[in-house]
Amino acid sequence: MPGTWITTRAWLLMLPLLVVMIAVIGWPLVDTVRLSFTDAKLVGTAGGFVGLDNYAKMLGGSNFQRALITTTWFAVVSVAAEMVLGVLAALLLNQQFRGRTALRALMILPWALPTVVNATLWRLIYNPQYGALNAALTQLGLLDSYRSWLGEPGSALIALIVADCWKNFPLVALIALAALQAVPRDITAAALVDGAGPFNRFRYVIMPYLAGPLLVALVLRTIEAFKVFDIIWVMTRGGPANSTRTLSILVYQEAFSFQRAGSGASLALIVTLLVTILAVAYAALLRKAAGAS
Amino acid sequence: MLKSTRNALFGAALVGISFSGQAYAETTLNALFMAQAAYSEADVRAMTEAFTKANPDIKVNLEFVPYEGLHDKTVLAQGSGGGYDVVLFDVIWPAEYATNKVLVDVTDRITDEMKKGVLPGAWTTVEYDGKRYGMPWILDTKYLFYNKEILEKAGITAPPKTWDELAEQAKTIKDKGLLQNPIAWSWSQAEAAICDYTTLVSAYGGKFIEGGKPAFTTGGGLDALNYMVSSYTSGITNPNSKEFLEEDVRKVFQNGEAAFALNWTYMYNLANDPKESKVAGKVGVVPAPGVAGKSEVSAVNGSMGLGITSTSQHPEEAWKYIVHMTSQPTQNAYAKLSLPIWASSYEDASVTKGQEELIAAAKRGLAAMYPRPTTPKYQELSTALQQAIQEALLGQTSAEDALKTAAENSGL
Repeated sequence: MPGTWITTRAWLLMLPLLVVMIAVIGWPLVDTVRLSFTDAKLVGTAGGFVGLDNYAKMLGGSNFQRALITTTWFAVVSVAAEMVLGVLAALLLNQQFRGRTALRALMILPWALPTVVNATLWRLIYNPQYGALNAALTQLGLLDSYRSWLGEPGSALIALIVADCWKNFPLVALIALAALQAVPRDITAAALVDGAGPFNRFRYVIMPYLAGPLLVALVLRTIEAFKVFDIIWVMTRGGPANSTRTLSILVYQEAFSFQRAGSGASLALIVTLLVTILAVAYAALLRKAAGAS
Repeated sequence: MLKSTRNALFGAALVGISFSGQAYAETTLNALFMAQAAYSEADVRAMTEAFTKANPDIKVNLEFVPYEGLHDKTVLAQGSGGGYDVVLFDVIWPAEYATNKVLVDVTDRITDEMKKGVLPGAWTTVEYDGKRYGMPWILDTKYLFYNKEILEKAGITAPPKTWDELAEQAKTIKDKGLLQNPIAWSWSQAEAAICDYTTLVSAYGGKFIEGGKPAFTTGGGLDALNYMVSSYTSGITNPNSKEFLEEDVRKVFQNGEAAFALNWTYMYNLANDPKESKVAGKVGVVPAPGVAGKSEVSAVNGSMGLGITSTSQHPEEAWKYIVHMTSQPTQNAYAKLSLPIWASSYEDASVTKGQEELIAAAKRGLAAMYPRPTTPKYQELSTALQQAIQEALLGQTSAEDALKTAAENSGL
């Protein structure tokens, strides 16, 4: 049958890719699973089998629970803010006005910046002694003395979230803008003629076009935010008093600073599992949304 | 025409490259250094250039990372099968590096001349369990820097000799309205905080480990943290200290925004450089203070060494390079940001000239250098202590409870 031949050919064409995928993703994953059942050190001893000990120690430790809360808080707030900002920016950039092209190009800039550069930039902005934020807020009369934004547990995480949003909302905006361009002009015009207000036009005319792409952006950003490492490592290294220590930072410390490859691997797999659960949940949501429209 | 000229040039360049490659049996060493404090990157490059000029058959690739990345980068390279031949290491790592066989034991390579010439205290930087894992290269401790002009305006005639005196003098400066927060420290959640803490622990006669168990929860260890907390809460310490690293301390001090600062040797000449600093010519330096009845001065061993990694394919050439970098002539020539490891250098006028005050402080400070604990679990202990310091400073818990938690999480 021609059908089977096509299927076989498809598999054959994909074979090289599959081999590469297994080599670069499959094998390390299997090795990480193996490692997570041992007490291996990063250098030196190969490590003996310890069963589920690593998992029990990691899950039961207060460090893990606290990092999970910090990570969740970081992911929820930053992704929510990025979605709202992104859609607002997209709606704005979808309007006809002078300098629109320039503004669109400019907006991609933060997203194109390497995270480490972004983090260093924000560190300078937040500098307690010479930072632009303190200077601006005092000059506006909103603050009477300079504050240590990254030195207080209360503000450090929020400061990180702001820095992360600034970098990542353009991605959401970009995806939303592409979706907005697909909304047929005659439909919005018709809605306008029918007397629909701005909110109703957004809710019933634009939103159906936006929902799918926005869900994709949501999935991407949530997974990224849950794995956040570099921006925090550069800006606070998990401080002050561990108030910004996320799961990825914990994995890094365990595996590389303390060189306990075994328990580091178990922690990394726990994080992977959490992210997978999130991804699957979102995928189900996506399918439902696709079915609905 | 133009194109053919370019091709000819390109060809000539290629020929040139292949010839120079064949002329010597070249060895390439990869060396990992740090991009801050002590010797500057330019200094290290210049020292290395002198080496390759004398040894044209050895090429040295230099890589610089911030101190915060030095340990993990070394260990990661080792874990993945090597990459570096020569690495810079901090005094706190030989125990771990020796246990995990990251560094080569070089005890037998050290000559009698080196044994006799290098300051005895400097050797502790590279030793673990009676063996030596490299050569000391940066000899360093934290000093108390002060702004002479501010002290004079406050009517203070001599810098503090004890930590209590420091607190009193800082309070006088604060009360007279000369500065809101006169003292700057590096108390960020990083190793820098442990160096300041250790200086205080040594002043109060405390111990980190006794009989293999944590011993910092009582006595000098507790007194040291209590001093930090009271200095912080009373407002004589710059509250931003808890996110400062050494370079932040330097900026604040050389902008005239601190009367006192605890920092490494390198700050002396940079803060006295009019191009860098607003307080040039007003910088005073003394050993970190002591505690009445317990100590005259205090100091932390913040030295660093150069070692050969166990994965290096060229240990002979690597050792040759280390010998050059740590030699007395090299060290004397670059003594402005880091003082030499060689005892007789301190009698050499070309080394001491223009930094007599620093040398005087160094003679007392270096002799009192207190080690951070030598344990393969150092990184864990340090991470736990960093957390304890910050929690106590922020008032989340008492100094006593914070240290107890740190002891539990120290892995000891």
